[in-house]
Amino acid sequence: MASKGKLLFGGVALLIVAGAAVIAFPELTGQKAKKPADISSIAGGPTVLRRLTQTQYQHVIADVFGNDITIGGRFEPDIRDSGLIEVGAGKVSVPASGLEQYGKMARSISVQVFDKAHRDSMVGCKPASPNAPDDNCAGQFVSQVGRLLYRRPLTQEETANLVKGAADATKTVGNFYGGLQITLTTMLQAPQFLFNWETSVADRSHPGQFTLNAYSKASRLSFFLWNSAPDDMLLTAAEKGELDTKAGFTRQVDRMLVSPRLEAGARAYFADMFNFDGFNNLSKDPTIYPKYSFGLATDAQEQTLRTVSNHLLVKDGDYRDLFTTRDTFMSRQLGAVYSIPVPKDAPGAMPDGWQPYSFPAGDPRSGILMQVSFLALHSHPGRTSPTLRGKALRETILCQKVPDPPGNVNFNVVQDTKNPAYKTVRQRLEAHRTQPTCTGCHKMMDPIGLSLENFDSIGTYRAGENGSAIDASGEIDGVKFDSAEGLGKAIHDHPATTACLVNRLYAYAVGRQPTKSETEWLRADLGKGFAADGYKFKPLMRRIAISDVFFRVIAPDPETRPTRQASLQGAAQ
Amino acid sequence: MNVTQRLADLAPNRRGFMRGLLSGAAVTVALPFLDCFLNANGTALASGAPLPTRFGTWFWGCGLTPGRWEPKQRGAGYTMPDELTMLSPYADQLSIFSGFKTFLDGNGLTPHQSGQRGIITGTTGKEPDPSIDVLIADATGPNTRFRSLEVSPMGNPNNTISRRSNSIINAAEASPMALYARLFGAEFQDPNAADFKPDPRIMAEKSVLSAIKDSREKLSGQLGAADKARLDEYFTSLRQIEQQMTIELQKPEPLAACTKAEKPNEKPVGTDVETTFANHKLFAQILAHALACDQTRVMNISYTDGASSLRKVGEPTTQHIHTHEDPIDDKLGYQPGAAYFENQIMLGFATLLETLKSVKEGDGTLLDRTVVMALSECGYAKQHTLESIPVFLAGGKGSGKIKTGIHVAAAGEPGTRIGLTVQQCLGLSVNSWGVGSMRTARPLTELFV
Repeated sequence: MASKGKLLFGGVALLIVAGAAVIAFPELTGQKAKKPADISSIAGGPTVLRRLTQTQYQHVIADVFGNDITIGGRFEPDIRDSGLIEVGAGKVSVPASGLEQYGKMARSISVQVFDKAHRDSMVGCKPASPNAPDDNCAGQFVSQVGRLLYRRPLTQEETANLVKGAADATKTVGNFYGGLQITLTTMLQAPQFLFNWETSVADRSHPGQFTLNAYSKASRLSFFLWNSAPDDMLLTAAEKGELDTKAGFTRQVDRMLVSPRLEAGARAYFADMFNFDGFNNLSKDPTIYPKYSFGLATDAQEQTLRTVSNHLLVKDGDYRDLFTTRDTFMSRQLGAVYSIPVPKDAPGAMPDGWQPYSFPAGDPRSGILMQVSFLALHSHPGRTSPTLRGKALRETILCQKVPDPPGNVNFNVVQDTKNPAYKTVRQRLEAHRTQPTCTGCHKMMDPIGLSLENFDSIGTYRAGENGSAIDASGEIDGVKFDSAEGLGKAIHDHPATTACLVNRLYAYAVGRQPTKSETEWLRADLGKGFAADGYKFKPLMRRIAISDVFFRVIAPDPETRPTRQASLQGAAQ
Repeated sequence: MNVTQRLADLAPNRRGFMRGLLSGAAVTVALPFLDCFLNANGTALASGAPLPTRFGTWFWGCGLTPGRWEPKQRGAGYTMPDELTMLSPYADQLSIFSGFKTFLDGNGLTPHQSGQRGIITGTTGKEPDPSIDVLIADATGPNTRFRSLEVSPMGNPNNTISRRSNSIINAAEASPMALYARLFGAEFQDPNAADFKPDPRIMAEKSVLSAIKDSREKLSGQLGAADKARLDEYFTSLRQIEQQMTIELQKPEPLAACTKAEKPNEKPVGTDVETTFANHKLFAQILAHALACDQTRVMNISYTDGASSLRKVGEPTTQHIHTHEDPIDDKLGYQPGAAYFENQIMLGFATLLETLKSVKEGDGTLLDRTVVMALSECGYAKQHTLESIPVFLAGGKGSGKIKTGIHVAAAGEPGTRIGLTVQQCLGLSVNSWGVGSMRTARPLTELFV
């Protein structure tokens, strides 16, 4: 299968659109891959100050204060950059209205932390008087909780300021716990908590180079693998200097890779990669799609994440098989869209109502692209869009950029959706593609999306449209297929599929686009390792984490170091 | 500003007074000596300072059909064009700007966004200048409880045009209920209440905030230039929150026009014309109360997103798709499907003006002291053109700051000329605005009073 794919892809090395090369596959042009990069010569990127994403904030609160703490309030919208929210997080700050919302959430969390059910387990000491300041007890609380929230021990000055704040607040409200509660509210709005900080230090094992300090290493690693803050063991390892030795660090990586928290980390990555935040603003017309609801949208994402997590983490499967696998999970609500009965007492049914399901051979569905999440997210509210689906596949799965349409386009050939000559989407789009200014980009997207036309705007199967049978043939980069299943196989075999995962996962791990030399290393070194591992996900995470490149950063001096933009120029998409 | 000065003068006394009160539990006290704040006929504050002038933006996507919205006559007394008949009751308060555009200077077009960005930030595509509402809020609104308020009747926090920079985007409130709670919840101090009860919780929180502020220098020292700028933005926001707390702890100046908004019920969120219209109406009512109560002086409403997702109930095709795909009707000479949505949007705009006009303030209405800049993002949505992007200025007739009811027709002038004019009329000391071909030092003097 792999060799067949290679042969077919060999013909298409470059797509030219409107005079500009938009997609290049150097590995497909027959040019020899360069030697693996010399690791010591790879330039790291700058440290990144990342604002906690919504899910990170939720994970940290649950890890520090318990799963039963509810978070009420509106999160500042995450911004996507270079395909990832995790990269956008390194480019945003907090507007006043956003800080107001963080304040509201902090207040509601603090109230719960200091309620009767939680207070005594959270505050490990008793004040001398319930109505007066107690600097010792307050100091103990802010140091313990502060270490977990700020992901490092508090400085003496930070502790002293917070203890003084707690005393002032206690006097104002006339109650020790009330004062401490307000202090916690404040800590949850502090930049030390809301941002993920990275501090660089000279790298003792590579003179002249810089690396992260132990606590920054702990955070970068923990947010990468778990999408949450370091736990007590990782912070302790940082404190003892264990993260600065290869053996000590690897021990922590291996501990974290077998932790149940890895699943939350992997799910967070794929939710980011698949743009699932888009569901927050997705609406479907209820009169056309009465089955679509918030619950269905939630289950659709859950289905894909369960498929991914089961395939990659539980079964240790080949990443490429996600696009062809017939194994998935079903909920009752999804069953209605897939036209599959989901009886409660089916064998394998789980207490949460989900059950494993395999599409039988011959069923038109296989792989995650034919699941409701992909099909519904990339459609219009009341109808499909092969263009949106094709664009999403290019951008999210293959890491390719599709240019925006140009301005002042003259749409002289109009489309009439009621014209009897153009009954199907395919016919209407083909009419549109006769426009020379449109054809370049649309031919990159439409033939991909047209093969998914058997699935409507929420992913329900349909054999025809307006009385005409649907032709589900399509093409991507020279590979032709006659069904959605064929598309899945083509993506399975497309070299950009695995290269994209390597590149994007690394960008996610470091919170920025890879530098030029990192990109070369990812392609030549990490990409090969990924192939040698049989495209398994956990070993890829491990390779990134324990590589010498993961913590490498450029000189910290703001006077001498280039701006971020300059240092990232030339980084491959 | 005089009002500000007046509050600042009073603050030390009041703070001293409150400190005494706050040593124990919260207490309710009457402050009768403040009742003389408004002058006898309510046309100005008791200090003699005029009532404030407010500013708003009102954005919609996919423009208006060229040829259907531009008045035939220039200057005052124009005849209301076909597509804008619902705005006729406000003709004396409505200035229409045609022929103003966004230049990109070779930068790429971001469809349904670039046009708007040019007019409200002065950019040609790349430079992250603040939007005009942020400039005006910084100059006129720092002493109100909220620097500005942003809302999305479609319920999407990302539907906003207000931005300080690439890293500070002012997200929209998505639900009228949430906006109501923010404005008129427990922290609201009714300016006309005889009693005033400062909240010790706010007082305590404010004092602990200094623990964060004290860490600023040390944190900042670790960062490179770009991250340092983002941290500075955080601390600017923190200062605004502190200011908000200060205001919440002060007895506000009485305002005759101020009444608490009616609490809205939970409403469905959606992108169809009816739901959007209904939610916008609720937002408009709450915002009108917020302005009358001087909780903010700047508001931003994004009626739709840029590539408008507005659609008829039960129909799959959005306005955006209609503009690109509908045939031009031979007899009418335009796309009737797209025109339907433009009509619905203008009805929404009329509702905002009606709501502002319904609030009496001094010898006029709230609309008389509110300048709303309404704009879209393209001239002809069908072709993504940036020529003649529709822009209106509504309201402000009684502010004594700007002339209203004029049609200004240009031939391919930068849209920043409108924003520069508004800034100068509202008293900002700015001589020129924008970058590249969007830069202008030529205000539209016909609007000057």
